[in-house]
Amino acid sequence: MLEVRDVTKTFGGLRALDNVSFDVPHHSITALIGPNGAGKTTMMNIISGIFPPDSGSVSFHGVTISGTSPSKIAKQGLSRTFQHLELFSDMTVLENVMVGRYIKGSSGFVASGLHLPSVRREERENRRIAIALLEDIGLAGKQGELAKNLPLGEQRILEIGRALATEPVVLLLDEPAAGLNIRETRNLGNMIIGLNSERGITILLVEHDMDLVMRISTEIHVLNFGQKIAAGKPEEIQRNRDVITAYLGEEDS
Amino acid sequence: MTRGHFIALALLAACALLLPLATDDSYILSLMIFSGINAIVAIGLCILMGSAGQVSLGQAGFYGIGAYASAILSQLFGLPVVAAICGAAVLSAAAAVILAVPSLRLKGHYLAVATLGFGEIVYIFLNEFGPGGPSGFGDIPPFSAFGVVITESRHFAWLVWSVLILLIIFSLNMLNARPGRALRALHGSETASSAVGLDVVALKIKVFVLSAIYASIAGSLYAHYVSFISPSSFALFYSVLLLMMVVLGGITTVWGGVVGAVLITLLPEPLKAFEELDVLVYGMILTLSLLFLRRGIVPMITERFSSYRENRSA
Repeated sequence: MLEVRDVTKTFGGLRALDNVSFDVPHHSITALIGPNGAGKTTMMNIISGIFPPDSGSVSFHGVTISGTSPSKIAKQGLSRTFQHLELFSDMTVLENVMVGRYIKGSSGFVASGLHLPSVRREERENRRIAIALLEDIGLAGKQGELAKNLPLGEQRILEIGRALATEPVVLLLDEPAAGLNIRETRNLGNMIIGLNSERGITILLVEHDMDLVMRISTEIHVLNFGQKIAAGKPEEIQRNRDVITAYLGEEDS
Repeated sequence: MTRGHFIALALLAACALLLPLATDDSYILSLMIFSGINAIVAIGLCILMGSAGQVSLGQAGFYGIGAYASAILSQLFGLPVVAAICGAAVLSAAAAVILAVPSLRLKGHYLAVATLGFGEIVYIFLNEFGPGGPSGFGDIPPFSAFGVVITESRHFAWLVWSVLILLIIFSLNMLNARPGRALRALHGSETASSAVGLDVVALKIKVFVLSAIYASIAGSLYAHYVSFISPSSFALFYSVLLLMMVVLGGITTVWGGVVGAVLITLLPEPLKAFEELDVLVYGMILTLSLLFLRRGIVPMITERFSSYRENRSA
């Protein structure tokens, strides 16, 4: 459903991605893994439209999305979270999620300023949906708090909540477990599985935490120095010699 | 709208209603009118800077377009004043779009410089091509609507403050709903804003246009009140003064714009006692208030108040 074809991206002399192709099938939890500097976040940024690929393309439901803007890609149903959190930190938890509802609304400046009945209806409805979403992700009690005052674990959950508010078809998660402890990571894993099975959301996950990746992924693609070196089911990847070499280095023999 | 906003609005409305009844002094009334006019521009700037995070040093340009366009349309073309004010607002909005499209891709200081350049262009244009050139022109018709002509200062004060109150309500409604949240989101993180589907450039243009319309309406009211205008009222100094108002009052809420505008408009009055030194004292007061009231007066007061309430309830 999401197809990445021959994507290449260089920064100066550095080839961050070199002819990388992979598919994210419908309803899958696909993981993109690799050592630091492998090009995983670059790939996330290309898919979500932050910058275009030098060559190659990304298509979604058969339509090319690479090269268009992030907001257009978001409107098509791809939503993402960020490795370095990008919350609206001076806004409340509820407001963060309600901003995620923006593309589902239509109230403009004038209608809102005049407080028209249609605006009031839309606000009520969005607030209801946002609160229900916060209940689902376990942040209902914190809706009035400023996002910046939440502990890191809850900030990561809130970013996912904000992305969910756009009602995505595909959710791109960029290292959602970074900085989380073991218990928080386990809960996050359960949450991702729930989003996938209950809401039917396709997940593309970039993650360093191998326990998490191996537990929840249906497919894994491995990048190393910008090149794809392996793809397969978790148990296949765990046995793959190239992958082990990439992570642990060459064995002296 | 929260209870706090409601109380503040009620207080403001009461002052606006009663003050003109309590005094006949045309000087005091004129101060009240200028405070109100400045406050209208300032709340527009508050929305632009405090909510959307964009800086403008060119608001005097839109204020000037509002004044000149409305004056010319009503005096030379004989349009009804209300129509002239609306026409001026449309013209200012168009100017804002033309300025915004190239310059909103700039950020921070660069955007500030672009808007500063715009203000200067308007100023030079008015000097060169405005009726009367640098010496300005007069006989601008007084405000009138539905056959009622407003010539008395007291009535004009009510008019200005009614417009101000309506614009405050409009702004609060807008900021509390979908567009306002989007603007604050933009201020927080543009990357995240576009990732959830906000059209960053379109939103910036819209808020820029909104602030230009506020400035234009204020400029038009100014022209129809003083009945004589010249380019010097719309120079860079006025843009800087507006910046002072919103920074002093606090940019994060439209109330900051109102409080700042009233204070800066009234501040020269008590300073007259210092005679030639008044400018010096004026500058000192502003510098000190920026040092000690860094986030602005209104946000500091509301924070004190809410922490006091929290302590009491704890």
